[in-house]
Amino acid sequence: MVDKSLELFECGHRACGGCGAALAARLAMKGAGTNTIVVNSTGCMEVFSTPYPETAWKVPWIHSLFENASAVASGVEASLKKQRRGEKVVIMAGDGATFDIGMICISGAFERGHDFTYICYDNEAYMNTGIQRSGATPYDASTTTSPAGKCSFGNKRPKKDMPQIIAAHGAPYVATASIAYPADLMQKVERAVNTKGPCYVQVHAPCCTGWGFEGEQTLAIAKLAVETGLWINYEMVDGKVSKVKKVVKKPVEEYLKTQKRFRHLFKPARQDAEIAAIQAMADRNFEKYGIEIKLKKE
Amino acid sequence: MALAVGCRARPGKSRDNKTGSWRVFRPVFDNEKCSKCGLCQTVCPEGCIHETDEEFMEPDYTYCKGCGLCAEECPGGAIEMKQEEK
Repeated sequence: MVDKSLELFECGHRACGGCGAALAARLAMKGAGTNTIVVNSTGCMEVFSTPYPETAWKVPWIHSLFENASAVASGVEASLKKQRRGEKVVIMAGDGATFDIGMICISGAFERGHDFTYICYDNEAYMNTGIQRSGATPYDASTTTSPAGKCSFGNKRPKKDMPQIIAAHGAPYVATASIAYPADLMQKVERAVNTKGPCYVQVHAPCCTGWGFEGEQTLAIAKLAVETGLWINYEMVDGKVSKVKKVVKKPVEEYLKTQKRFRHLFKPARQDAEIAAIQAMADRNFEKYGIEIKLKKE
Repeated sequence: MALAVGCRARPGKSRDNKTGSWRVFRPVFDNEKCSKCGLCQTVCPEGCIHETDEEFMEPDYTYCKGCGLCAEECPGGAIEMKQEEK
């Protein structure tokens, strides 16, 4: 059982007020428990939680490089195994480190089948260095390297389906979660940590600074992402999708309107074709995962 | 500043950094409206909301950055954000 009162991510870290990633780390550590060693890749979480000589972590924690968190975790896990010790190894990495930079090391570590849990906090761009696009940036989001303007509506490519790539490596447990559903997130991390073999949890963590919204809206926006079908919460056990979060469908506009990174879709003129394209992506998700709850007509 | 071997630091040493000074709006908790559900405690990105002996919730203003997430999410509307007076 998850011990909700367990605090392994301490106050005093330097994340923005209302940071989704900080909340993701706090909740994930409640699920992982005290008997954990954390390997952190470079990223916002590493920077705001550990400006030397401070650290927000209350478990053993190591940072090496941007690209090699899963290689470092492999070594840690192999050494623990040799010493017959029982600590759980958890990787915390952002979407840039996961989707782009760490891809080779991740692929190697999952293929070798080390016993660790990889938690990706997905804030959909390189937020720490100033909002550059990553493989996780959604279609039409404006970032500093995919700016919206006269010639462009922002990021041209849809988000990479990372959970499927990990599942294709034969990972026994792959899950997506959102900070909008804290109990679900903690349970998924707990299950991943207690599953033997390389497991993966991808957590949707809105970034108030990078996406352009007020800090108090973080959870409301995370929830809207799930309700509009642009983020799907599901579990994949041995490659088979199960336990999908079902929702009452909302139009994608409600989600897009809340964030400055999509502002160009509404101002100066409403871009119906682009909004329809994003709606079509959400509709495909609804169809693929069968997540719509149909309300009975009275 | 001298570096420790391996650039190591004591667990939870970030408590030295009093982030409460960042705050512009202060969450004020109304115990009469509080149903003790504990949602504010769960969703606080700082983890600085604690339970009192009477099971009510109490923020630690030394660390609260005043993001307002607790006030926004509180189902009973028991938390109000009030401008800090400095």
